[in-house]
Amino acid sequence: MESEAPILIIGAGQAGVQIAESLRQEGFGGTLQLLGEEAHAPYQRPPLSKKWLVEAGAPSALALRGREALARRQIELRLEVCVTAIDRQQRTLALSSGERVRYSKLAIATGSLPRPLPVPGASLAGVLALRGIDDSLAIGAAIRRCAADGQTVVVIGGGFIGLEVAASARKLNAAVTVLEGLPRLMSRVTAPIVSEAFAALHRAHQVQLQLDAQVEEILGREGRVVAVRTSDGQEYPAGCVIVGIGVQPDDRLAAAAGLLCERGVVVDECSRTSDPLIVAAGDCTARRLHNGELVRLESVQGAVEQAKSAAAALMGRERPFRCAPWFWSDQYDVKLQMVGLSQGYDQVVTRGDLSKPAFSAFYFAQGRLLAVDSLSRAGDHMQAKRLLDHGISPTPAQAADPAFDLQSLLKQATAGEA
Amino acid sequence: MPRVNYIEPDGRERTLELHCGESLMRGAMDAGLEGIEAQCGGQCACATCHCYVQAPWLDKLPPPSDDERLMLTNVAAERRPESRLSCQLIAVPELDGLTVRFPDRQS
Repeated sequence: MESEAPILIIGAGQAGVQIAESLRQEGFGGTLQLLGEEAHAPYQRPPLSKKWLVEAGAPSALALRGREALARRQIELRLEVCVTAIDRQQRTLALSSGERVRYSKLAIATGSLPRPLPVPGASLAGVLALRGIDDSLAIGAAIRRCAADGQTVVVIGGGFIGLEVAASARKLNAAVTVLEGLPRLMSRVTAPIVSEAFAALHRAHQVQLQLDAQVEEILGREGRVVAVRTSDGQEYPAGCVIVGIGVQPDDRLAAAAGLLCERGVVVDECSRTSDPLIVAAGDCTARRLHNGELVRLESVQGAVEQAKSAAAALMGRERPFRCAPWFWSDQYDVKLQMVGLSQGYDQVVTRGDLSKPAFSAFYFAQGRLLAVDSLSRAGDHMQAKRLLDHGISPTPAQAADPAFDLQSLLKQATAGEA
Repeated sequence: MPRVNYIEPDGRERTLELHCGESLMRGAMDAGLEGIEAQCGGQCACATCHCYVQAPWLDKLPPPSDDERLMLTNVAAERRPESRLSCQLIAVPELDGLTVRFPDRQS
């Protein structure tokens, strides 16, 4: 009788929806339920800091799949459901309504949460962080108010989210200050040459960019933010503050249920957790690679690929996620596309025009290609993706030579396959 | 409302009525068609909404932007002269009857 309980998926974001769809594609014919905490039907998050923030579109423009799409695949969607505990012995979930629901197998796709800013004043009105649609709406409204009142939007954190929000705020004609704690932008993921290009880009758009800025306190008046103070005593007036200092995986349910967690729900390359009946995918996970390394990805592609693996695993099949991870970011008219993981690089060469900026940075370790960041060089990005997926490496000299055709390496490789 | 015919990888056909200004990708995702992933949600950043435009419609479409053309260079399925990214194809009345086919893989 156990087998008649549905497969439940906690989390109706990118990973959760993909697990459900992939389960159908893998031939699962039983009952399938997606449990979402928010009131909104499944939606895409990337535009929340980019285009959608600027255009203040309708939530329906963000839809990941329409109702019709879920119905076609017989995926039951339950919204505004808060799971409070996983009981692995009884194979049930406890919901905040007091209801208990049984599962035959379970998928955890709970995503991540914005890392809170650990300084006094962080809970003042007007201090905002971005996770969902409602946050994006609040941030958009706060930016528009700043633009109308001639006040400054202060962004804390010079990573993807912070910089995308900064670019969006400039498009909405608000004055913007970005405070980054480290000596350069996006330093966790890019080489200095890429950080510098983005610093120049934001400064060219009149963003006041403060590097090495240690935020000590957010100052308020009558419960509302008025300024941000840094450790050097400088005060930055603020109409609102957007905090974008990274995310932490939401592994609370998994950890409380005794699943192995370390910087996220630990999964293998097939998205299996330490419980054979439970898989996990997306931002909430940390993936153990076959070499033992633990990797966290915070990206749509990571969520989608892990979800496909998770669905296969629930059906007893192995579909490891091994293709090169990729990411993208839109800031002003520059499209940043990244593929591979550059950690541990010992050499960077560039291809293209650094001044525009329209170039790619190729990261190598001991002469082997690790990753490529492309700024408005979509062709390089697509080639790099194929090269990395095929395990082919140009030499640093080839990558840096604009006359060398990277495509020729792919042609050789695919000719070899045939 | 322009009608667009979609052919899924296994050959099944579906006709959808799209709103003017809506992308072919959006329509396909809302209806839950097979053969499309659209991971980036329409930003021309991932090339996972690749489709083949069926004759005689290719010449009736606005040509691809540089960005789209470059993204098409290394799509997962075979790249053909009639390859386009469906997120960049916008439904307008003149395209009533347009037919596209999704390939067997997007990533």
